[in-house]
Amino acid sequence: MDIGTVRGLITLAILLLFLGLWAWSWSRKRKTEYDAAAQLPLADDDGRLPPEEIEKEHNA
Amino acid sequence: MDLQSSYNDKVVRQFAIMTVVWGVVGMLVGIIIAAQLIWPQLSMDVPWLTYSRLRPLHTNAVIFAFGGSALFATAYYVVQRTCHVRLAFDKLAAFTFWGWQLVIVLAAITLPLGITQSKEYAELEWPIDLLIAVVWVSFAIVFFVTIGRRRVKHIYVANWFYGAYILTVAVLHIFNNLAVPVSLWKSYPIYSGVVDAMMQWWYGHNAVGFFLTAGFLGMMYYFVPKQAQRPIYSYRLSVVHFWALIAIYMWAGPHHLHYTSLPNWAQSLGMVFSIILLAPSWGGMINGIMTLSGAWHKLRTDPILKFMIVSLSFYGMSTFEGPMMSIKTVNALSHYTDWTIGHVHSGALGWVAMMTIGSMYCLIPRLFNKAGMYSTRLIDVHFWTSTIGVVLYAVSMWISGITQGLMWRALNDDGTLTYSFIESIKFTYPYYGIRLLGGLIFFTGMLVMVYNVYMTIRRVKPEPVAVIQPA
Repeated sequence: MDIGTVRGLITLAILLLFLGLWAWSWSRKRKTEYDAAAQLPLADDDGRLPPEEIEKEHNA
Repeated sequence: MDLQSSYNDKVVRQFAIMTVVWGVVGMLVGIIIAAQLIWPQLSMDVPWLTYSRLRPLHTNAVIFAFGGSALFATAYYVVQRTCHVRLAFDKLAAFTFWGWQLVIVLAAITLPLGITQSKEYAELEWPIDLLIAVVWVSFAIVFFVTIGRRRVKHIYVANWFYGAYILTVAVLHIFNNLAVPVSLWKSYPIYSGVVDAMMQWWYGHNAVGFFLTAGFLGMMYYFVPKQAQRPIYSYRLSVVHFWALIAIYMWAGPHHLHYTSLPNWAQSLGMVFSIILLAPSWGGMINGIMTLSGAWHKLRTDPILKFMIVSLSFYGMSTFEGPMMSIKTVNALSHYTDWTIGHVHSGALGWVAMMTIGSMYCLIPRLFNKAGMYSTRLIDVHFWTSTIGVVLYAVSMWISGITQGLMWRALNDDGTLTYSFIESIKFTYPYYGIRLLGGLIFFTGMLVMVYNVYMTIRRVKPEPVAVIQPA
């Protein structure tokens, strides 16, 4: 195999890796885990209003 | 309260306060050197006060003292709060604080004395470099052991960004500073010629990419949702954002060496990666800004959120401008002109400083058991001084830089240069005045912040905060 073919295959492999990452993170299996993870910065609000209270205030 | 059941907020408080202090110091030096460019006699013939010695002091102070302290403070805060565990090794964490402050003080002494490796953003000589390496490895141990002890299964995305920043900066710092010491304050790099240049800008651009970008994206991914009281717009986008950004940034360095003796293919590679970088950068910006989708009304009343959203807007602008300037033909015009300085400051003041300031206004009351900052009105004043300051700075440098580039390349019909160099300097004077004005306005805002922070934390005896227990 000449060097050009090797480079081409590496480029292809990296492209597939990227598309795979995309498919993996968008898969439905990840959704519950990600939804829970996204709440982490809001989980402990030292002595502040909990998010549901804030939401209530916002809807009022 | 049992020690393990409370968070280690002491080290966070120390770094947060020093963020504000070093912000004021670093920006003050910036104002002095901006004034020296208009009135060179301001150095008063004192060698320690010459522009060439104060300029690295300014860059080191704002990047590593102000930005570094902010990154230490927020990384230590965020990793504890999102892992539901106390920071590992209290004493080692305290060492990182005092060690980092010692590095800053040593920099403030050696740089004006003219002790330098002459590598941009890596000026400090080898004894200080060793101290930085020890502090940094300690930082990594504290951070990653805390992650290892986490009581939440998932590692929150902000910690991924902080983790990449800590690891990469360790590698960059150690390899770029490999040198042979010949005396206590003099060493020579083990690299020479174009290899040295390539190492330097591999380091230099990744200092931008990992110190000033990945680290502050970690800050963004925690404090924007926190302040907006809404989860990040798309968590899965943040995962793709992370891997794409860290994979691509590493290769962009050669764009600092266009049209030099660096092999042409390496220059083109750096250019192509820089252009691709636009995609993950904007993905991150959109993810941050869209977190406010459905809650835009909060921007009317919350100046802290205004800081964060305008910061993200500057991030978007400078990550568009950067790839554009990395295109060789554009770079032929922009390189070595004030355009670069304008670009750096729209990133450093607009993105880094404004994200830091917003995060500090969110963080500091929480660290001192307060419901909020002393004055929201003063945060708003600070917001406007910062915004106006950056805009004046960036616009004046665009005009000055593009004109410099055009004057330097202008040729007469017979092939001689149209302008002498001094003519381009003469042209820039009024714009240097506007830049100084912008810097002064930005700096005034920092003084307002000092007052606001002082009024918030005075007479407060902070109490320990309980670690959140698993549900």
